[in-house]
Amino acid sequence: MSAFAYEREVVVGKSADDSPPRPVARRLAGGAAGGWRRVWASRWTRFLGPLLILAIWQLAVSVGHMHADELPSPANVWKTGRQLTANGTLTTALLVSLRRVALGLLLGVTIGGGLALLSGLSLVGERLIDPVMHMFRTMPVLALLPLFVLWFGIGEKAKVFLIGWAVIFPIYINLYAGVRSVDEKLVTAGKVLGLSRWGLIRHVILPGAWPQFLTGLRLALGVSWLVLVAAEEINATSGLGYLIINAQNLLETNVIFVGLIVYSLLGLTTDILVRLVERWTLSWRSSFVTK
Amino acid sequence: MALELRDQVSQGAEPAAPVKPADLHAVKNGAAVGSPAGRATSGLEPVVRIRGYGRSFGERTVLTGIDLDIRDGELVALLGASGSGKSTLLRALSGQDPAADGHVVVPKERAVAFQDHRLLPWKKVWRNVLIGVPKGRRADALAALEEVGIASLANAWPGTLSGGEAQRVALARAFIRHPKLLLLDEPFGALDALTRLRMHRLLRELCARHNPATLLVTHDVDEAITLADRIVVISDRRISLDHRVGNDPSARNGTEALALRARLLSELGVDPTHPRHENQEN
Repeated sequence: MSAFAYEREVVVGKSADDSPPRPVARRLAGGAAGGWRRVWASRWTRFLGPLLILAIWQLAVSVGHMHADELPSPANVWKTGRQLTANGTLTTALLVSLRRVALGLLLGVTIGGGLALLSGLSLVGERLIDPVMHMFRTMPVLALLPLFVLWFGIGEKAKVFLIGWAVIFPIYINLYAGVRSVDEKLVTAGKVLGLSRWGLIRHVILPGAWPQFLTGLRLALGVSWLVLVAAEEINATSGLGYLIINAQNLLETNVIFVGLIVYSLLGLTTDILVRLVERWTLSWRSSFVTK
Repeated sequence: MALELRDQVSQGAEPAAPVKPADLHAVKNGAAVGSPAGRATSGLEPVVRIRGYGRSFGERTVLTGIDLDIRDGELVALLGASGSGKSTLLRALSGQDPAADGHVVVPKERAVAFQDHRLLPWKKVWRNVLIGVPKGRRADALAALEEVGIASLANAWPGTLSGGEAQRVALARAFIRHPKLLLLDEPFGALDALTRLRMHRLLRELCARHNPATLLVTHDVDEAITLADRIVVISDRRISLDHRVGNDPSARNGTEALALRARLLSELGVDPTHPRHENQEN
C-alpha cells in the first residue's frame, strides 16, 4: 500500500515541477486554492496524519477519564521511552530482536528464493516443489510454534527458524510468479542473440523477476516482525516481545506502548530500506525514469 | 527437420573439402543430413539453402514444399498475407523451430530483428547492443550505435526511446554480430510512415556496408519493392512468385514498379484496381 502511495507521490511531484499547470484543475480548485495545492504537494504533509492521531490521543487522556494504567499520555510514553533507552533495556531488547529477524530473513530468503528458482526454471522442480509449498503455505505459522519449541527448544533456534519458515512463502510465491511471468518474447530474443541457458537466467529471467521478488521481500519483512513478536511473547527472556509481555505482567502500560511504537517504527524503517533498494535497482522502469 | 549451421570457414576457405563434423553445428534433433551439394565453386553459392521445407500445426499445414536459396549480399523480401506462414519460415531459419520438416542450411552467424524491438528494459542501450556478443566491449557497442546514428543514446534506458530509436538499437544489435544472414521480421511495421522511410534508407546503407544475406519478412508491398533485390510471395502454403527486381531506377520507381506492385497485390489476393484495397486476412 505504501508503495502505491509512494509512486503517486512521485507523479504528483513531477507534474508540479515539470509540466505547465493544468487549467482545468486550476478552475476546479478555485483561484486561491492554487496555494493550498502547493502546500499539499509538499511531502512533509505526510506527517500530518500521525500528528493528528497524537493530538486525539492526548485529548482522550486529558478530557476522558482514562487511568494512566489503561492509557498513558504521550508525554508519559515519551518519558518512559527515554528512560528505557538510557538504562539500556530498550536498546538491548531491540538488538536481540533485530538479530533474530535478520537471521530468520537470511534463512527464509535463501531457502524460499532457492526453491522458487528450482521450481520456476525447471519442470521437474515445479512438479516436486510447487504442490508442497502450497500445502505448507496454508498452515498458520503461529500454530507451528509449539512444534518448533518441541523440536528446537526455547532458545534462539526456535525463534529464528519460525521466522525463516514464515518468510519462505512470500518469497517463494512472488519470485516463482516473477520468473514465470518474464516476457516470452524477451526470452526468445535472448536465445536468438546466442545467450546460453545461464546467460538467459542471468540477463533476462532474473532481472525480469526482480521487481516481483522485491514485492515478496516487503511482505516477508512484515511477516517476520509479526512472527517475531509472537515467538518472543510466548517464550523468551529477551527481546522486544519479552519487554512487552513482561510489562503486561507488571501492569506497566507505558512500557507496552513504547514497545508497540518501536515495532511500528521498525516496520516503517525496513519498508523504507526496501523502497530505497527499489529506487536504486529499478531505475530503468518508466515510472522511475525522470528524463 | 535437419537444420545445418555452417560456419564461415566451411563456406569459403576450403571449398572443395567435404563437410567435416566440426564445421557443422547441428541443433536439436540435429542429425545433419547430407552435405550441401554444389557449394564448391563460385561466390554465387547460396548462404541459405532451403529444400522441401514444410510446417504443420496439428492438422493445419501452413507451409509445404518450400525451396529457397539466398545468396551473399542478397536482400530477399518475403511477402505474404497475415497468417501465411512467412514468420514461421523466418523462425525456422533463426533456429527456433525444431518441429519443422525439410532440410535447411543456414550460416552460424545470424542476427534477427523483430517488429517489436525486444530490448531488455533493465539494460542500458549500449549493454543491450552487446547481449550475447562474446567479449563485447563498450567501444564496440558505441561504434555499432554510431553506425545507426544514435551513439548519443548509449546510456539511455530502452524505456525512454521512441519507436524509431529503439528499432535503430535493434539494428545495431543485429549488425554488431557481423551476420552472414540477417533475418528481419517486419522490423518497420510498427513505425510511422516518415520514420519508416528513414529506416529504409538506413537499412540499405547498412546492408551495402556489411553485405549479409537478408530475409525481410513483410506484408508491405511498397516496402518490398523499395528494398528488395528479390521478392518472394507466399500464398496458399507455397511460394507462388519469385521475382528479381531490376537494377535500374525505373524498377523501383515509375511504371515498371507500378506494374510490379499490381502484380504482387493480385498475387496476394487483393484487387489492385480497387482504390482502397486492404490486405487479405485468412
